[in-house]
Amino acid sequence: MSETITLTLDGRSVSLPAGMTILDAARRAGIDIPTLCHHPDLSVRANCRLCVVEVEGRRTLVASCDTEAADGMVVRTNTPLVRKARQDNLGLILSDHPMECPTCVRNQTCELQELTYRVGATSFAPAEREVPWPLDSSGPSIVRDPNKCVLCRRCVEVCHEIQTVGAIGPARRGFETVIGPSHGYSLAQSSCVNCGQCINRCPVGALYEQDDTAKVWAALADPEKVVVAQIAPATRVSIGEELGFPVGTNLESKLPAALRSLGFHAVFDAVFTADLTIMEEGSELVERLTQGGKLPMMTSCCPGWVSFAETFYPEFLDRLSSCKSPQQMLGALAKTFYAQEAGIDPARMVVVSLMPCTAKKAEAQRPEMRSGGHRDVDVVLTTRELGRMLRQAGLRLDQLPDEPFDDPLGLGTGAGVIFGATGGVMEAALRTAHRLVTGRELDAIDVQPVRGLEGVRTATVDLDGTPVKVAVAHGLGQARALMEQIQAGTADYHFIEVMACPGGCVGGGGQPICAGQADYARRAAAIYAQDQGMERRRSHENPAVLELYSRFLAYPLGERSHQLLHTHYQPRVVATV
Amino acid sequence: MSPTATFPETKSKELRWVLGQMDALDPDRIQDYLALDGYEALRKAVTQRTPEEVLTEVKASGLRGRGGGGFLAGRKWELARAEQSPLKYLVCNGDEGDPGAFMDRSLLEGDPHLVLEGMAIAAYAIGATQGYVYVRAEYPLAIERLNRAIEQARSHYCLGERLFGTDFSFDIAVRIGAGAFVCGEETALIGSIEGRRGEPRPRPPYPVQSGLWGHPTVVNNVETFANVPLILQHGAAWFASVGTANSKGTKTFSLAGKIKKPGLIEVPMGTTLREIVFDIGGGIPNRRTFKAAQTGGPMGGCLPEACLDTPIDFESLAAAGSMMGSGGLVVMDSGTCMVDVARFFMEFTQEESCGRCVPCRIGTRQMLGILNKLCAGEGTHQDLEQLEALCETIRTASLCALGQGAPNPILSTLRHFRSEFEAHVYEKRCPAKVCTPLIRFEVSAERCTKCGVCVKPCPTGAMKWHKGAVAEIDPATCSHCRRCIDACRFDAIN
Repeated sequence: MSETITLTLDGRSVSLPAGMTILDAARRAGIDIPTLCHHPDLSVRANCRLCVVEVEGRRTLVASCDTEAADGMVVRTNTPLVRKARQDNLGLILSDHPMECPTCVRNQTCELQELTYRVGATSFAPAEREVPWPLDSSGPSIVRDPNKCVLCRRCVEVCHEIQTVGAIGPARRGFETVIGPSHGYSLAQSSCVNCGQCINRCPVGALYEQDDTAKVWAALADPEKVVVAQIAPATRVSIGEELGFPVGTNLESKLPAALRSLGFHAVFDAVFTADLTIMEEGSELVERLTQGGKLPMMTSCCPGWVSFAETFYPEFLDRLSSCKSPQQMLGALAKTFYAQEAGIDPARMVVVSLMPCTAKKAEAQRPEMRSGGHRDVDVVLTTRELGRMLRQAGLRLDQLPDEPFDDPLGLGTGAGVIFGATGGVMEAALRTAHRLVTGRELDAIDVQPVRGLEGVRTATVDLDGTPVKVAVAHGLGQARALMEQIQAGTADYHFIEVMACPGGCVGGGGQPICAGQADYARRAAAIYAQDQGMERRRSHENPAVLELYSRFLAYPLGERSHQLLHTHYQPRVVATV
Repeated sequence: MSPTATFPETKSKELRWVLGQMDALDPDRIQDYLALDGYEALRKAVTQRTPEEVLTEVKASGLRGRGGGGFLAGRKWELARAEQSPLKYLVCNGDEGDPGAFMDRSLLEGDPHLVLEGMAIAAYAIGATQGYVYVRAEYPLAIERLNRAIEQARSHYCLGERLFGTDFSFDIAVRIGAGAFVCGEETALIGSIEGRRGEPRPRPPYPVQSGLWGHPTVVNNVETFANVPLILQHGAAWFASVGTANSKGTKTFSLAGKIKKPGLIEVPMGTTLREIVFDIGGGIPNRRTFKAAQTGGPMGGCLPEACLDTPIDFESLAAAGSMMGSGGLVVMDSGTCMVDVARFFMEFTQEESCGRCVPCRIGTRQMLGILNKLCAGEGTHQDLEQLEALCETIRTASLCALGQGAPNPILSTLRHFRSEFEAHVYEKRCPAKVCTPLIRFEVSAERCTKCGVCVKPCPTGAMKWHKGAVAEIDPATCSHCRRCIDACRFDAIN
């Protein structure tokens, strides 16, 4: 039983458990102290000085996010000195911030904007730089604009502590302090794996995705082009947030109509290729297990993770499944199987992916991701960019009719849907692997031990007397911890799922800006609810997948599969690690 | 040339304890140090006294940290000793960065063993096994001599494994700073030793609780450690017999600026500013008058003539609006513009801010912007108001002592020299005639004695003068170099 303390907050006596910060204590007591650098999922603290309060007996104001509430403490959160300090600090930040709010990518989702509205800001002369910082748009996925950066350090923390990628950090000092890759390198030269977690944590518009909506609008307006879409599992449960729906709203049934009205020729579902991935990857796992292949096998559907492995663990690349990601599989099939079936010249086709992910943009540009002379996927849009297009088109999704995806790449099962949450690929794989090995279905279709938001989750599944040990990691820091165990020989897993983003794709770097973990759980709940309500919940039960095998691919790991659905990896050399 | 070479001859008001034996030894020879009873205090401490006894002695002496804060050294050690941890560290802060300060450098270059011995005694008292001396890379000679001294001390069993044959082991390594002023702040210094970016972090936890690599760590300044062997050798009572009620012992200062005899001095605590400036320093050169003494470095303040009888101790200096700091003492004469001085220190601080917290990073930049405006003659009433308002926010809301102290040069000059600020703003005039945009470069007929001394220094020939006539400046050729102003002894150029 934890100790209880009593402190005085703005004249009110408040009792709460010991160990909380003044900030948490105040918020619990109904006083929402403003914060900018603080983030519920991170331990960044005491940088912005907006959360300062007066504590009796302290010489200066204290940062409430970084000061533990103590018994008998007398705290004042709303005195003239406190208000002035907050307004001055906000004013100082604004004096070093471009005033282009209406055209900024983060207009209306900007925390600085919201705080200024709430707290007010002192007016200072613009603290102009002689030379503005150059924009870093060197990478395929992420753009950095140091001019808008408020140096809260959230991105640094997520990149170093959560993801252990360490691509960006503070350099120089004083007013010249800037966040970026070390030694003036660009993001493209750095160890950045394009996961985009920095974007999700950025309170302002200093980090954002490469905006590819113009390419899609241009293709849609081009009568020569046949533009087809594919939608990732996690995008359907988050796109609503971009359009004013509550977190966790599933708009799958509305998206086909919406995209058709934008001018898409066909709307496919990446859940279909998620099921196909399970067939291929499940077969690969069984092959490795039975024929003495390299173990543990690790999933390869997450491009952020693949890039991380190529950068930091090149000696383990043979452990990665050779399967392409569902996005690339769908692109490859669209320009071969579908083009052939529908009688369309693949050269005229434009495959647009609607993804929760920024790393998918980089993945689509990898030189080996081509089939039959054509790029598998032409343009990748994040959920945020899709939201932008739908807003521009003025589409009210709740008023559109329910429509199905297009055949033949539009039918999915519950197993493919749960790819969008951490543990989902593992669960889907186990549902099918059990059948492949034992010939029988899993008794309990919900594999609870691999669900949830714990850092690493493990389970042992009995496949007819063969215990198969599996592990699930989300967030690259957790992946690194697993890899270190494997390196040290202290882990004997057979199969590992890794998702680069905390929470899996529901927490992807291309998702709507949200409050973090709490919202990931809501999105994941919508995904599991859809799985729960589906008639077919196992990939090997997907009739469209089975038909694809019988009409086009022949069998899993067959020759055509190898040409279209599998890939290879190479060590990645970067300027800074 | 060693700074001690410029040491003034008049030593009457001085009391050279810490600097005392520097002239009598070769810092590269431990034999010299041993011959002066060096390492005796350490030997006696580890062989004849318990750590508690050593701690009690230092506590009783009333020794306060010489790095600026003035925290009781014995109290700090006691807190570290009380921490339950198998590993404790001791750090000597030699990141002396205040403009015009060279006390620590002189000690490290002139008597490195004294500092090492003090560290070893402190380590014995708190139970530390590893120490670090953090020195700026700009002090290559200090680094060289320290490393040599550490080697010699090890070979004489004064450092390393089992000192003097006892069970107590303690070793020291040198860590070199990369030139950031903020690394003198103890948490930033610790970060720098750990290999991270030198940035302060919030306290608590204090380094004595969680310091280097998370272990209890005592950080003391060079001069603090240098006092320790003396206290152990001569006793706490001897040490406490000199000084004021709350500030015991002596304090070294590097006397610089507009003073006849600059150099390194050491005086008993409680000596007045007047004694330092006029008796030891010999007063102001060039027939100018005293205007202010700046103490405490960039976070300190400027004390006017009215404060000349302030006794030098931690409390008195703070009450006068400055601080003790580590011992930089810059004397300013009547030709110094206090707005320009405030601007100079703000330029320093805003460059040296680590950039972590908002008030310090952007606030100092804004204050510098306003001071630049004032010096350029573009300052307004609103600027002056905003400057004062910003001082309060930056002082109260910044993360570390650097930000919290950054407004001090402005606050102290505003407090003691407000009329100069007002002259810049409301009269568009720089009374000290330093801020060029505010000088008209005209000769006052009333004050000009027609002596013609201003003609020769003029590099452009703009100064016109005929014997018996008032000098005249040709605005077309005048380059605003101010040489005539410096040359005129009658303040006749406006």
